Amino acid sequence: MISRLIGKFGWKLMLGCLAVGMSVSQAAGAAAELRIGFLAPMTGIFAQVGKDMSNGFQMYLDEVGGDFAGAKVNFIVEDNEGKPPVAVRKAEKLIRQDKVQMFIGGLLASTGYALAPVSTRLKTVYIASIPAADDLTQREAAKYPYVIRTGWTSSQPNHPFGEWACEQGYKRIVAIAADYAFGYEVVGGFQKAFESCGGKIIQKIWPPLGTKDFGPYIPTFKKDADAIFTLMVGPMSLQFPKQLANAGIKKPVLGGGTSYDEFVLPSMGDEVLGHVSALQYSAALDTPKNAAFVKKYREKYGKVPSYYSESNYTTAQMIHEVFKKTKGKWPGSEKFIEMLSAIKLDTARGPVYLDDMKNPVHNIYIRKVEKRKMFGYDKDELWNTVIKTYPNVGQFWKYGKTEFLKQPVYSRDYPPCKHCE
Amino acid sequence: MKSRRGLLTVIGLLLALLIITPFASSYVIVLITYALVFAILAMSLDILLGYTGLPSLGQAAYLGMGAYLTAILATQYDFGLGWSFWVVILLGILVGALTAAFFGLFAIRATGVYFLMITLALGQCVWGLAYRWNSVTGGDNGINLPPRPEFGIDLANDVTYFYVVFGCFVVSLLTLYILVKSPFGRSLEGIREREPRMRILGYNTWLHKYIAFVIAGGYGGLAGVLWAHLSGLVSPGDVLLTTSVDALLMVVLGGPGTLVGGAIGAAVIVFLRDYLSTMLPWWQYVLGGVYVLTILYLPGGLMGIPERIRHRRARSASQGETKKLKSASH
Amino acid sequence: MNAQFWLIQSFNGISYGALLFLLASGLSLIFGVMRIVNLAHGAYFLLGGYVALSVIWTTGSWLLALPVAALAIAAVGLVMERVFLRPLGFDPLRQVLLTVGFAFVFQQAALDIWGGDNLDINPPDLLRGSLVIGGLYLPAYRIFMICMAGVMGLILWLVMEKTRMGAMIRAAVDDSEMARGVGINTSRVSMFIFALGAFLAALGGAIGGAFLGIYPGLDFEILPIAFAVVIIGGMGSLTGAALGSLIVGLADNFGRALFPEVSYFTLYAPMVLILAVKPTGLFGRE
Repeated sequence: MISRLIGKFGWKLMLGCLAVGMSVSQAAGAAAELRIGFLAPMTGIFAQVGKDMSNGFQMYLDEVGGDFAGAKVNFIVEDNEGKPPVAVRKAEKLIRQDKVQMFIGGLLASTGYALAPVSTRLKTVYIASIPAADDLTQREAAKYPYVIRTGWTSSQPNHPFGEWACEQGYKRIVAIAADYAFGYEVVGGFQKAFESCGGKIIQKIWPPLGTKDFGPYIPTFKKDADAIFTLMVGPMSLQFPKQLANAGIKKPVLGGGTSYDEFVLPSMGDEVLGHVSALQYSAALDTPKNAAFVKKYREKYGKVPSYYSESNYTTAQMIHEVFKKTKGKWPGSEKFIEMLSAIKLDTARGPVYLDDMKNPVHNIYIRKVEKRKMFGYDKDELWNTVIKTYPNVGQFWKYGKTEFLKQPVYSRDYPPCKHCE
Repeated sequence: MKSRRGLLTVIGLLLALLIITPFASSYVIVLITYALVFAILAMSLDILLGYTGLPSLGQAAYLGMGAYLTAILATQYDFGLGWSFWVVILLGILVGALTAAFFGLFAIRATGVYFLMITLALGQCVWGLAYRWNSVTGGDNGINLPPRPEFGIDLANDVTYFYVVFGCFVVSLLTLYILVKSPFGRSLEGIREREPRMRILGYNTWLHKYIAFVIAGGYGGLAGVLWAHLSGLVSPGDVLLTTSVDALLMVVLGGPGTLVGGAIGAAVIVFLRDYLSTMLPWWQYVLGGVYVLTILYLPGGLMGIPERIRHRRARSASQGETKKLKSASH
Repeated sequence: MNAQFWLIQSFNGISYGALLFLLASGLSLIFGVMRIVNLAHGAYFLLGGYVALSVIWTTGSWLLALPVAALAIAAVGLVMERVFLRPLGFDPLRQVLLTVGFAFVFQQAALDIWGGDNLDINPPDLLRGSLVIGGLYLPAYRIFMICMAGVMGLILWLVMEKTRMGAMIRAAVDDSEMARGVGINTSRVSMFIFALGAFLAALGGAIGGAFLGIYPGLDFEILPIAFAVVIIGGMGSLTGAALGSLIVGLADNFGRALFPEVSYFTLYAPMVLILAVKPTGLFGRE
């Protein structure tokens, strides 16, 4: 009899309890609590990068005791497994369930493009601390009023890099980059600047993201190139230089910043010595602020910080600045974006401020991989030594905003490969 | 579902869901909607696995086709954002069914694990296309959909969309139920049990299996359309092997051959993946554990539990009677 | 596209195929004898790489790492087969699903034990350079991969053709009921085969670690490719696995070099076509 009752009503009862329970368990927001959601891959192929990202932010929080000028920070980290659809679902959970006032993070450009509409749909601030997809703060910016970027655009460091390449006397370069938006934009920026000062990109190769076996591609490199430009991410960065060296290719190698990022550098060997890349950060940046940052991070987490950590650390710093001005009160999404855009700060990567499209303007460093001792460490290690600095580089470089926005977004076919034979 | 009691329970459950959900927190509403979309996918797989005995590891392909169609129509042709939403639903079903019709020509010749392999391969083909055909599918970036359609009712409202998805789910459940109870459905079960015998009896088993495959594809496409609008983003990640594997688990967990089992399995898996994962970092152990334990100890899935309890009680009852008889004969 | 291009690409394709052979031969044999599609096979590959890495970290010996990793994972496979798969009896579908469950558990365990870093195995200096023949750079490690696959292939062939165990295995693959009928202990054969499959996969992972890297997610990435090999070559056939790996290795390589746009398609479409014509693969039997 009882079992029949349970059978008939049990399911309904359970479901009811579940629903009620879940709705009650919402975060009852205290006025002085700041709930920040953070999305990063904690599992899967980019798991380590995700950890670097959240560690960067967490380190700043620990420094200020989790207190932003009176607001208690509740930092909620969610795993997006490196997949955009999962990022969307977790963002929804953070916003609807945890009632975060803002969410930060995402790693890949595709994740950035997936999260931006969520911010518009649910009217919540999204700080893109890593996703570098150009258009989020360029041609698509109008669609995403709640998005603000504290990281970089993919093409940003590569415009000055292209100029630098001309200065070195390179005339013909082969480009090989991961086949997705980030790859296209990095190469695109480089190509535009390089070809504007007389260089020629003579070949473009696009291995799929996640390729580890470059056997099919390396033999196709044009033999008369002066240098090779590569953009590798994650495990690709580890395997490509080795295979390049094994194939006997001795040409100079230029790379997008992530190719020699500090998170892969410790696992690399002599095959990357002398490789040059461009980014808004290097752990080897010899400023007092950065030295302190690197030493503290290394002591706490056992590794040299990469830009993944720095960018999120700086983001936390910038948010704190805003809260200092509001004396610890959440000013609402629109006002927060306004105030964050007006921040000018001296950070671990150097001076940073945001342009009127909500993208950072900062130094770009040309770095070379060298084996040396830095910051008083007693071992010879691989570092990205800074060999040239371009100050105050914005996302439009010298091209002017209106002119730049007239051209289409960098893609596989833009700029067109006019000199590809 | 064999008994009247089962029917009443299901109706009761559905009513409860319909009534209670709108009052739940906004995140729970979204989760339940996801569960319903997956339930449709799981039920489509149940037709193949549970009723026809064909284990498919490629259902995500039809979800993907429906989803991408919706996304491409919405972004490149501005279609499907008003009343035309219902047309897109029909088109999604059609594209799922057509894809299955094409794939079925390759797949139906195989049985058992070979069928598993070939559906896996076909699913991978769709994934590969989604991933590499940048100009159409946006490649790795996927396609972002515009806000949900409005036609008198605003689907952008979560509760409204929940009602629409719920409605589609109920319609799917009903139509599939009618299908499996029909002579056609019976013959599918016959094929599952003893295909050679069915053939001897004169049934064109190839055709039966093929039709079941196409139908499953159609429902998969429907799930895809609903999924696209729910998630707002369609990407190759949705067509991954793991999605097909999840669908398989949902059916096995819930109970193959029960239709509703797939829906229950879907709810459990969605809960595990999207809710538990936020509370426990080691949720994958739970997922793996659920798989292993279900396989080992619950051959009939969750739906099979009442049956087993009844069975055990019947067994102990008859043992009791045997004892009584023995003592009586003294 | 001169002769050098074709030669190098063929060489690359063959070396990739060599790695695939180690992975797929185990999968194929497991299917042939037990009719199980081991979806945890990718996890064995990955775990092999991880264990090898741990051995290198603790003992500094790369040479030791390979056999230790392979044997360790063989043990895991043995336990899995004995304790979990055996009780299910002959129910291929549920056994397959069980292996999936384990794949998830292994993935999480690997993440917990070794963390989420992208790791890399550094082979001894001997294998790090390249052999230069007539202007062609042939990386030594790739040569090593081909040799290892060749050696393992030979050993497997010898076992199959010349030993008693091999004869029992072949009998079980052909017709397990008959095999039991003539007194062959098929459950012992199953156990051996499963452990052997895990051994080969783990060896592949330990060797592949220097070539593909070791990171979470590799297990499910490499799995569909292993399936492509087994499907094309035919399940249960060693010759099929060898030929299949060669075909897939070359197709994947040339596909990516010549038709990068549709590179995944060039891999899976032929697989579907072969299955459509011969559902059991080129050398498979049913």
